[in-house]
Amino acid sequence: MKDLIIAGSGPAGLSAAVYASNAMLDFVVIEKFPMSGGQMLNTYEINNYLGFELVDGFTLGQTFRAHAEKSGAQFVNDEITSIEKIDGGYRVICGKGECEAKTVIYALGANPRKLGAKGEKDFAGRGVSYCATCDGNFFRGRPTAVIGGGDVALEDALYLANICSEVYLIHRRDEFRGAKYLQDKVLKNEKIKILYSTQVEEIRGENKVESLLLDNGDELKVDGVFVAVGIEANTALAEGICELENGFVKAGESGETTAEGFFAAGDVRTKRLRQISTSVGDGANAVHSVEEFLNKQQ
Amino acid sequence: MVKDIKTNEFEAKVLGSDKPVLVDFWASWCGPCKMLSPAVDAVSEQLDGKAEFYKVNVDEEPSLAQQFGIMSIPTLILFKNGELKDQSIGVIPESDIKAFVEKEI
Repeated sequence: MKDLIIAGSGPAGLSAAVYASNAMLDFVVIEKFPMSGGQMLNTYEINNYLGFELVDGFTLGQTFRAHAEKSGAQFVNDEITSIEKIDGGYRVICGKGECEAKTVIYALGANPRKLGAKGEKDFAGRGVSYCATCDGNFFRGRPTAVIGGGDVALEDALYLANICSEVYLIHRRDEFRGAKYLQDKVLKNEKIKILYSTQVEEIRGENKVESLLLDNGDELKVDGVFVAVGIEANTALAEGICELENGFVKAGESGETTAEGFFAAGDVRTKRLRQISTSVGDGANAVHSVEEFLNKQQ
Repeated sequence: MVKDIKTNEFEAKVLGSDKPVLVDFWASWCGPCKMLSPAVDAVSEQLDGKAEFYKVNVDEEPSLAQQFGIMSIPTLILFKNGELKDQSIGVIPESDIKAFVEKEI
């Protein structure tokens, strides 16, 4: 039985891997794809991670991964299908095999939340997108909309304003939640047209997106719609093991959940600010808690 | 092995094949595409000889992307006997890619 299984290889998982190597723990990182970084892979520009003035998410993810590999971390590419409590630890069952350890750091992150509007599902990949940096180029010179009011929505609108003829930024509230400097850039950008206190009722079209029906009755002609309405934490595999709260794994800064030997790190846990930097901090804290827990066991 | 394919070879190599052909539409600036491609590589090894695997760089071959109405990447399209059999959008795990191709073998 290993000391530790780290589930996930976003910033929290990779940071945990570096700290676990330093702690000389017997551990493995299980990741779904042979590519690390999690949500930041889709981020066009990052300017608030210390030491990197301006970097794209993919490059930063690769940099993190290289550091973790160099520290000696072992990676397994497999999809976790379930986690079971066993005597003295946990069994993590994957598609291709299984693994047992005394402790688990659960760092499976989050995915973009769906809007829940009519037509959203039908037009996924036909004008509805959850990744502006992936799909923006398909809408070059054409009108698009971004839905949301947080950092990602503002970043997406700014990114698309470089490519598209016009960008409607549709937000259900009368002010944005995103960082002030992003708000400032958005307000100054002539290509971005802001629709406050507005919701999308339906995404319409024939074979692909052609327009949005708004709750004020207006129909907005757009070719693409980018949904950035927050995240949904990947908590499914922690259900039944520890307590969840408002859709996140209930855990404080130490990463301790309500289950002994089961720790949470990164976007998946209950916390106030979800950033790369806070996830990296979570990874370090979680390993510290793992060490304390293992020392007590001896 | 997953080979690059150009517009002028598409007809002969993809549409003209009697084996299932998986085509991965991708671009260098797309993070999720880089997550998906090693998984496609792995499946191409597992199904070597039973199916063909190609990738289309949508920047270099915009007409192919347009022809198949690609508006989101990564997109996987499965062809057999010149017909489009199925399409999958976004990153999916290796096991799902394998199942996606195997249903036409």
